Amino acid sequence: MKIAVLSGKGGTGKTLISVNLAASAKESIYIDCDVEEPNGHLFFKPENIQSEEISIKVPTVDEKLCNGCRKCIDFCKFNALAYIINKPKVFNEVCHSCGGCVLFCPEKALSEKEIIIGEIQSGISENVAVLTGILNAGEKSGIPIIKKLLKDTHENKFTFIDCPPGSACIVMDSIKDADYCILVAEPTLFGVHNLNMVYELVKLFNKPHGAVLNKCMEGENPSEKFCLEKDIKIIGKIPFEQELGTLNSKALVLVRQNNKYRDMFSSLLQIVTKEVQI
Amino acid sequence: MKQLLILSGKGGTGKTTIASAFIKLAKAKVYADCDVDAPNLHLVMNQSAEAKRSNYYGLPKAVINPKLCVQCDLCLQNCRFDAIQVGLDYQVDDYACEGCGVCESICPVGAIFSKPVLTGELMLYLDDAIFSTAQLRMGSGNSGMLVTEVKKQMRTAAITDHDLAIIDGSPGIGCPVIASISGVDMVLIVAEPSVSGISDMERIIKTAAKFQTRTAICINKFDTNIENTVIIESFCQKFNLPFAGRIPFDPDVVKAINRGQSIVDMDCEAGRATKNIFDKTIKILFQESLG
Amino acid sequence: MKIAIPVNDKSMEASVCDSFGRTPYYLIYDTESNESVFLDNSAVASQGGAGIKAAQTVVDNKVNALLTPRCGENAAEVIKAANIQLYKTINDSLKDNIDAFNEGKLSLLEEIHAGFHGHGGR
Repeated sequence: MKIAVLSGKGGTGKTLISVNLAASAKESIYIDCDVEEPNGHLFFKPENIQSEEISIKVPTVDEKLCNGCRKCIDFCKFNALAYIINKPKVFNEVCHSCGGCVLFCPEKALSEKEIIIGEIQSGISENVAVLTGILNAGEKSGIPIIKKLLKDTHENKFTFIDCPPGSACIVMDSIKDADYCILVAEPTLFGVHNLNMVYELVKLFNKPHGAVLNKCMEGENPSEKFCLEKDIKIIGKIPFEQELGTLNSKALVLVRQNNKYRDMFSSLLQIVTKEVQI
Repeated sequence: MKQLLILSGKGGTGKTTIASAFIKLAKAKVYADCDVDAPNLHLVMNQSAEAKRSNYYGLPKAVINPKLCVQCDLCLQNCRFDAIQVGLDYQVDDYACEGCGVCESICPVGAIFSKPVLTGELMLYLDDAIFSTAQLRMGSGNSGMLVTEVKKQMRTAAITDHDLAIIDGSPGIGCPVIASISGVDMVLIVAEPSVSGISDMERIIKTAAKFQTRTAICINKFDTNIENTVIIESFCQKFNLPFAGRIPFDPDVVKAINRGQSIVDMDCEAGRATKNIFDKTIKILFQESLG
Repeated sequence: MKIAIPVNDKSMEASVCDSFGRTPYYLIYDTESNESVFLDNSAVASQGGAGIKAAQTVVDNKVNALLTPRCGENAAEVIKAANIQLYKTINDSLKDNIDAFNEGKLSLLEEIHAGFHGHGGR
């Protein structure tokens, strides 16, 4: 079963919750789809790491075949090609890999080559298989990495997907195949605004979902109010605690440190499992 | 007009909380929210007037006319983005389509055309201050371009001369951040004393350095991990980056935000610390450029 | 010598535009004949790669030098590959910059900023 953990913004506790849920299960897979800033591996410190390079296709020019018709330059909506002193020049970092220039070159002067944009690291941390997508600095789209990451899942194991922040298309790719979505929210007006964004997203995809309220303190919790108004099931509340914050800031897995947190996340995992089976 | 940009690497470090406090302290007449994916600044700025709204269109995307389509399957075979869906008709998935135009060109019967897609909304508040912000539509790319539009809208509206503009930046290190940094005079990074916070901070410093923009650092919730706070401070020393100060964790911050206030509207520890950081930052910003 | 300058309006009184890739117009100016032509910048509405497309326009007009306040790395690569000299403007006045160019007082533009890559949050 695949469980996606998402929030409208970074820093709400997405990684905290997905890491600790994964560590609570008997056997599980943790996938870090936040390819721009993957942090889950800092907590798991996985061993036996294997890396796989991820590449995309970009065009390359055979100057002998090019007759200077400029069809490729005119075709490219992304302006990834320029024609300078009688030859086309390709700008790899602007290219979207649509393949159009190669397809429409009448002289077959363009072909494709692979360039590396990042990698997937897989390793083991006790009971958890940790998969981390890493986009190289300066590359713009992590989608090819996320697509590949999500292929490596098993139907019968718990799979936790730590999504990128926000509600952009990259998040959509992360939740497309999820069986259940956990929305993480902070107890502030900002939190409500961000929760609303991801709530709209899971509604759009018709995904079963529930909310976990993080950093709960005494007093009013606007996110809780929002969940009640919108009839979003609150499946868990994580208190704001000095101890929790300290363990987390040291990048330690809470459930491996302390029985109190082990119980807390185990019961959250049970609730999630029940919700998925409904 | 000097432009001060507040950035953080990852979201949730208190960027908007600090930006809103700075706006109050500076009595800024010009400000903007460049976090177009999840704009929050408007929640604490108490605008009195309604915003002037305008639509923002991104790159055109493909549309298939089912009356002309002969279901030859060529679009499906040649689309690299899995954007062609086949049900009763051939259709384009707006969220997957990148608007490359391959399907339009390959279609033998001219059944595919491109049309602009609404990808966001720009908001401009003009009451006692100029406040430019925007919201990206769910599932849209191109937030970098929208950030550029937000800043352009801000500058265009600021016709009379103002000393200072404060910009709440976007999270991450990608395109929208680069679009935020372009053209500003100084970046203040709000760091968090956690292992992941430090790694995010280092990435954002690298990005700012590429633009040769003056950069200062402050630490929010510094007392949640003193060891890491010290690591960040020595990092600043080592790389000769001005350090603007520490803000303690303070439960009053959440109270202020939930009342729709900024942290300097109430007397609290975090508010006082932010005031000191503000004074230091302004001093650095208005220092004569050395180069 | 033919030079190109990004400008905010189609007039010799217009100011120099801050952005090379997204300027509304270009002035193509011939320093020998004093002839001036204003071109629309078709790259202004591009989602991405505006600098490359804008540089292509400059290259296609066979200019010898480009005068601009700033230039992105991709545009600079096109300009340099086409053997066009890249100079930094001194202020936003067209006339001042043309005069300074004629007197050989402009310095080469050395700071090249990173591109935006127009991809947004993808």
